Amino acid sequence: MQQNFLRYNFESNLEYLNDMSWLTKTLSSSLGRKVIMSLTGLFLIIFLLVHLIGNLQLLKDDGGQAFNIYAKFMTTNGLIKVSSYLLYATFLIHIVYSIILTRVNRSARPSSYAYSKPSGSSSLSSRNMGILGTVIFIFLVIHLQNFWYQMKFGSMPMTSYGGMEIKDLYRVVAEAFSQWWYVVVYVTAMVFLAFHLSHGFQSAFQTLGINHKKYTPFIQKVGLAYSIVIPGLFALIPIYMFFTCNS
Amino acid sequence: MKLDAKIPEGDLSEKWSKHKFNVKLVNPANKRKYEVIVVGTGLAGASAAASLAELGYNVKAFCFQDSPRRAHSIAAQGGINASKNYQNDGDSVYRLFYDTIKGGDYRSREANVHRLAEVSGNIIDQCVAQGVPFARDYGGLLDNRSFGGAQVSRTFYARGQTGQQLLLGAYSALSRQVAAGKVKLYTRTEMMDVVIIDGKAQGIITRDLVTGKIESHSAHAVILASGGYGNVFFLSTNAMGSNASAAWRAHKKGALFANPCFTQIHPTCIPVHGTYQSKLTLMSESLRNDGRVWVPKKAGDKRKPNDIPENERDYYLERKYPSFGNLVPRDVASRNAKYVCDEGRGVGETGLAVYLDFSDAIKRDGEDTISAKYGNLFEMYEKITGENPYKVPMKIYPAVHYTMGGLWVDYNLMTSVPGLYALGEANFSDHGANRLGASALMQGLADGYFVVPYTIGDYLSQMPYEKVSNDHAEFQKAETEVRERLNKLLSVNGKKTVDQFHKELGLIIWDYCGMSRTAEGLKEAKEKVQKLREEYWTNLKTIGTQDELNITLEKAYRVADFMELGELMIDDALNRNESCGGHFREEYQTEEGEAKRDDENYSYVAAWEYKGENMQEELHKEELNFENVQLTQRSYK
Amino acid sequence: MSEAKGMNLTLKVWRQKNASDKGKMVTYQVSDISPDMSFLEMFDVLNEDLLQKGEDPITFDHDCREGICGMCSMYINGKPHGPLDGTTTCQLHMRNFKDGDTIYVEPWRAKAFPVLKDLSVDRTSFDRIIQAGGFISINTGNAPDANEIPIPKDIADEAFNAATCIGCGACVAACKNASAMLFTAAKVSQLSMLPQGKAEKKKRVEAMVAQMDEEGFGACTNTGACSAECPKEISLEHIARMNRDYLNAKLTSDNV
Repeated sequence: MQQNFLRYNFESNLEYLNDMSWLTKTLSSSLGRKVIMSLTGLFLIIFLLVHLIGNLQLLKDDGGQAFNIYAKFMTTNGLIKVSSYLLYATFLIHIVYSIILTRVNRSARPSSYAYSKPSGSSSLSSRNMGILGTVIFIFLVIHLQNFWYQMKFGSMPMTSYGGMEIKDLYRVVAEAFSQWWYVVVYVTAMVFLAFHLSHGFQSAFQTLGINHKKYTPFIQKVGLAYSIVIPGLFALIPIYMFFTCNS
Repeated sequence: MKLDAKIPEGDLSEKWSKHKFNVKLVNPANKRKYEVIVVGTGLAGASAAASLAELGYNVKAFCFQDSPRRAHSIAAQGGINASKNYQNDGDSVYRLFYDTIKGGDYRSREANVHRLAEVSGNIIDQCVAQGVPFARDYGGLLDNRSFGGAQVSRTFYARGQTGQQLLLGAYSALSRQVAAGKVKLYTRTEMMDVVIIDGKAQGIITRDLVTGKIESHSAHAVILASGGYGNVFFLSTNAMGSNASAAWRAHKKGALFANPCFTQIHPTCIPVHGTYQSKLTLMSESLRNDGRVWVPKKAGDKRKPNDIPENERDYYLERKYPSFGNLVPRDVASRNAKYVCDEGRGVGETGLAVYLDFSDAIKRDGEDTISAKYGNLFEMYEKITGENPYKVPMKIYPAVHYTMGGLWVDYNLMTSVPGLYALGEANFSDHGANRLGASALMQGLADGYFVVPYTIGDYLSQMPYEKVSNDHAEFQKAETEVRERLNKLLSVNGKKTVDQFHKELGLIIWDYCGMSRTAEGLKEAKEKVQKLREEYWTNLKTIGTQDELNITLEKAYRVADFMELGELMIDDALNRNESCGGHFREEYQTEEGEAKRDDENYSYVAAWEYKGENMQEELHKEELNFENVQLTQRSYK
Repeated sequence: MSEAKGMNLTLKVWRQKNASDKGKMVTYQVSDISPDMSFLEMFDVLNEDLLQKGEDPITFDHDCREGICGMCSMYINGKPHGPLDGTTTCQLHMRNFKDGDTIYVEPWRAKAFPVLKDLSVDRTSFDRIIQAGGFISINTGNAPDANEIPIPKDIADEAFNAATCIGCGACVAACKNASAMLFTAAKVSQLSMLPQGKAEKKKRVEAMVAQMDEEGFGACTNTGACSAECPKEISLEHIARMNRDYLNAKLTSDNV
């Protein structure tokens, strides 16, 4: 058969895409989209750490004072406010791009194999980032609804420290985590997060082109540790609170 | 017909430069008015197509594979020779020329071979510039290895995949021209015939192997770079699709076929293990540096190799050739393996194998040293045979892997049909009766990059800009003939499959026109082949139509041509009453059993002319004149 | 291995008459298969059998049968080129299977590799990716002396590791997204590492990635299946290098 050469010659490609800016072109290419996923993912990874540090206040045996002060700070500080919008945007972009990529990737194989055995050549989590992400997303909705929405728009119980009236988020949390099924949901979600991170962490570096004999093994180890320790600590909090509140 | 090789006058070392000055040029603006067809996209074809397109010609390139990158040049392992003298070991253009002439047992043209040696260095430059990752030493400069038939290190290599890397280089150059719109690429397309109008090749007929569509393509010149004909033997180291049909069609349209009996048989291949075997795999010649070749002394000894005591083994190469031992040249090693197997002393299931034993080398140097040298080869051997060569001796047997013969071409690489060129293994020009290791890649690229781009201009400059229309009656006629031939193959309605026929043909040629030949045997073989060919057209089983992807039809079409070519090989072997290089006639050997040339009577190129269906072909002789080298007899005792 | 007995196997093979046919899995029995046969020789035997019975033999791509041309392309028991690592279908031998086994054989599956017939697919999309920029723009005859630019051995070796790609498409077949990243990256990486290829480095990577996307291959999700199934075991590092080159090109090249 005659090969119909370039459907998409580089020179002509530049012409016909002239009205698109280089940036939009880049961000709509497969590699560009992956870079977006990678950068947003890394940002979310950092957010997890910040979030965890705050949450660890819950473990302080002070009746929730440290946690509530921290929560107050987080909702009122101007700088934090700006970053929070950045965070919402990051979540949104990460999710939207994952949907776009999944659709493109699905369409790249219109008919599937009758018999496929991928387990030998790739990890379970790497193949199921979309599913893991979806579960995490559902959890996120529940989570936001319970705490973030309550804190921002709901009617909260109040408490006072040294005459300062502040919302008693600690009590809301403690009440929530005194129910066993709530704890189960949280812990399960953290397991999914762990798997999502176990691939996502190192994958983000690979996508940015950071792969080097010297550093990659280190990145992979850190990634593995991160994906165990961070969700682990997140999961520990509801478990701990469940037992302390019910004892 | 008088054969004029058009060798330029003058001193050997000046012929090519003078010729380049004397050929007519096509001015750059006019080059775009010419169209050239290139059949085959291996080293020769891809390099020619790319280079011609770079010059400004319009090119159409055809290959039967799904991509130009799959041509069988890709399978070459060892390396490519060039007289760069980077090693400061005394290499020169003249030495490469001399080694090639001598290695070819004095049956090639001095002028062509000298030109090959002259451009060999440019090939390396070109390939490096394309990004071919040749092996380098720690200083960052190119590394060389040594190869058989030479006393200098002049072989450039890219691990065991030199052919692949060179082909991918040529393929990238070709791809660049495809993108530039200068080359139109037709893949999964087979050339079915050459169309000759007014005595000149002006186009080809092709079949789209996916849709079956027959098409005419006209052009100002046609280049065949369609490879060799080793697959006549059925079993060879050639690719499954390698075929001689393009060259054979050209032959039937008037292009002379030269030295068809010159085939090279490589001594170290993995042996045949069953009747189902489809192809043979080469194991690098370098193994003979440390392996010892032996068979049991007793015929029919079925014991396992490690159970046969030392004194019941016959290290026949060491016994017969004490000074060269296991390192005798390819043809000698191959022939002797055949002799011991003929005596019933062959080993393995089929009795068609000899041992290549590394146990002494392992004892001497340790397993680690041997593994460092040959590890990947041992691994490949184990993958194919399931036997561990560190523990059990390897079994090897000779196999066909290159054909020195091919379409006759003059100094310009033009066949006896004006406007029809033949490049690479498809022509006969540079290797005489035996090709040296690492020279096939050199020749393919020399022809494509550095010879034909100059010489074709000389022909094209005399052609009108207007090319023949592909509606021309000759194209119509040729298309009809092609369709009829395919229909004929599809309508035989017999009982035997193409593979069955092909295997039978291969066996006849192998037995009688293989490693050693006799007049008597060849005559018998000729009758057998003729009978088989007759049967082919009355008892062939095919299926399907010609308007679809039909793998049975593709094979049937190619094997029909092998049947005819096989007979010509026999004719040529029968005609050449001497032994030289890969052609060993048992009647003509020295007292020590070595090849005995007859320079007085056979120092010529045997070029055969097709005379019609079932007619004896006519022999034309091109005398070989050796003005620069002294003819000598080889001895390896 | 004369003592080994022939195997009886059940084959489930994808049959599809042409590109527009729907196609289906068809079951065949083969008997007395020698363990020394290659997988493709087993198919030769089956095809001879089919032809004798007056049935259309199975079309499959193959050529050199030495593991280097990249033509063979069967998805065997859920893996491209079958169960052995670092091995093409043609170099896979029947001793890796057991008597009584059922073997599934399918074509590569990807939008960019449409099936032509049975197990044979159209991989010209790979050619077009190379045409987009997988070369160094040098005309014949222009080259400086081969030893003019020394190339450090480790770079030459690493470029070679990328250059061993045989273009078979197993990476696409293995990837859950049918992504051609490993194929494209191998060429981009080879040429961008070598000094000769540096001049066109940015343009090359931009053009090749654009063409890869245009052909309908999926995006990379770094599962690593491509590299694990690659018969030449090409490393994921090359993909990272391409990612790096691409980002760099997009941020700094003059192509707006």
